[in-house]
Amino acid sequence: MKLCGLSILPGLSAKTSCIENEIGINLMTATHIIFLIVAALILASALMVVTTRNLIHAALWLVAALFGVAVLYAILDASFMAVVQVVIYIGAIAILFIFAVMLTRREMRDRGSQLRKGWWLAALLGLLVFAGLAFMLIAQPGINRTVADMPQGLDTVKLLGTALVAPDAYMLPFEVASVLLLAALVGAVYIAVNKK
Amino acid sequence: MTFWSDPVNFIAAWLRGILTGWGMGAALSNVLLAFLGIIVLVVFALVLDIFLVWVERKVVARFQDRIGPNRIGPFGLIQPFADIIKLIIKEDITPEGADKVVYNIAPVLAATAVILLWAILPLASTIYGVDLNVALLYLVAAGALGTLAIIMGGWASNNKYALLGAFRMVANMISYEVPMVVALLIPAIITGTMSVKGITEFQSGVWIVILSPLAAVIFIISAIAELGRAPFDLNEAESEIVAGFHIEYTGMKFGWFYASELLHSFTFGGFIAILFFGGYNFFGLEKYPLLAAVIFLVKALFFYWVIMWVKYSMPRIRIDHMLAFNWKFLTPLSLALLIVTALMDKLLAPTNFYVIGMFLTNVVIAWLTIEILRAVGRKQKRIEETLQPAAEAVAHH
Repeated sequence: MKLCGLSILPGLSAKTSCIENEIGINLMTATHIIFLIVAALILASALMVVTTRNLIHAALWLVAALFGVAVLYAILDASFMAVVQVVIYIGAIAILFIFAVMLTRREMRDRGSQLRKGWWLAALLGLLVFAGLAFMLIAQPGINRTVADMPQGLDTVKLLGTALVAPDAYMLPFEVASVLLLAALVGAVYIAVNKK
Repeated sequence: MTFWSDPVNFIAAWLRGILTGWGMGAALSNVLLAFLGIIVLVVFALVLDIFLVWVERKVVARFQDRIGPNRIGPFGLIQPFADIIKLIIKEDITPEGADKVVYNIAPVLAATAVILLWAILPLASTIYGVDLNVALLYLVAAGALGTLAIIMGGWASNNKYALLGAFRMVANMISYEVPMVVALLIPAIITGTMSVKGITEFQSGVWIVILSPLAAVIFIISAIAELGRAPFDLNEAESEIVAGFHIEYTGMKFGWFYASELLHSFTFGGFIAILFFGGYNFFGLEKYPLLAAVIFLVKALFFYWVIMWVKYSMPRIRIDHMLAFNWKFLTPLSLALLIVTALMDKLLAPTNFYVIGMFLTNVVIAWLTIEILRAVGRKQKRIEETLQPAAEAVAHH
């Protein structure tokens, strides 16, 4: 294996840092490294969401995980998705979680052990599922391909907007989704309103 | 590409030449120059923040018919530095039972959410951080991060007044995001792009405030509510809940909350200038980027002054009046304005009555709104008059 240019000494070649194996396929570019770091942060935050004892901390770790997903969208050049992820997930859903926890729970911390009796069996099953999924993923033929650069001048936001309102694209699911949201809103108001 | 026509890229090319002359690779020097650009922009924003403290105190003094700080330095210009030194040497108290990590991150997140906005602010046609094609949504996203910081600060203080202040403030902010986003959609419809730089370039012809003054008014009102400045300043309602969500913060942590609120106000003044009042355009002077940057900063200061003018002239609005104003008045008005603007934009675009047509539609909508409000007021007065004799009869007994 040849390690080329991972240091920051002067004389770094103009190409991004690369690790090549014997048959010369690029296994890791800068994008991959950033993706691995961001994915590690997301997984660590998600683990903290389910293991921390303080509910508000769990909500804040969820915010960190969602922000990491937004960073992944940005790496993939899906800027609209990244920003909408922050606006909707962090700006609305996470705040809703935090409000719901603050307004309904007097005691924020869980007590007692966090492991149930048969936890080793669950861990074993989880490991088997992970191994199976990883094997299926690595066996895919395209696993070593790098992401193609997006063609210059491609306006993804315009394409998305046109797809949402074009009658032969996704206009009907769009309208049905808005009716669904309206039904949820009306239902919530009906339950919550104080009938005097 | 000379210095006068493109200062940022000129300096970047010069530095890149130096760095590659020393033997550094092109990719690494690009990364280093990007970091340098970010640091310069952030430092500029924060130094401007110090100046804004002085502006705030002088302007509030003039509104209250006094002079303001004038002892330290000429016209009191060194006063903010005295404030900073005082805040830094204050004792740093963490209340008992407070959530230490969340308590300490909240002011940092509040300041970060504001500085993130400076990435998309174009100071001139060639001086800007980044030209995002979804910059308007990025503006809303940074506001969402600021809301999160307020909840974290209010919750982690372990203080019921702080929590109440945080709840009211967040209810305020997420309610007024709706008319703000709808008012932001109107320049997007008129110019056809969500990029802030694209909107500013469109306004080298005609300013968007002439095409849609009602959208500018709605945006200014909801921006003042988003900032948490009076008359929507429930989190600082000193007579009600002492200091709201930052009641337990001492020293420089409070300094960060305060400074980030001032910088946020200035940044929103800048956005009002960019989105509706032409940004750095001023009758053709925008060809020279440095002059354009000065023009933009002057406009942003003017709208910051307008925000302060509203703050120091109006009493505080009660929380239920505030929410009713938002949901029963601003949101339907902004949605109606959006529908009519979208329709008239498509109808009038091929004709040459575009400017006057859009302006007249706004005037018609404003007039209709006032008529509806007047009818509602008349009906309420009639209801009160029918109840009034019954009240007087009860009082006489």
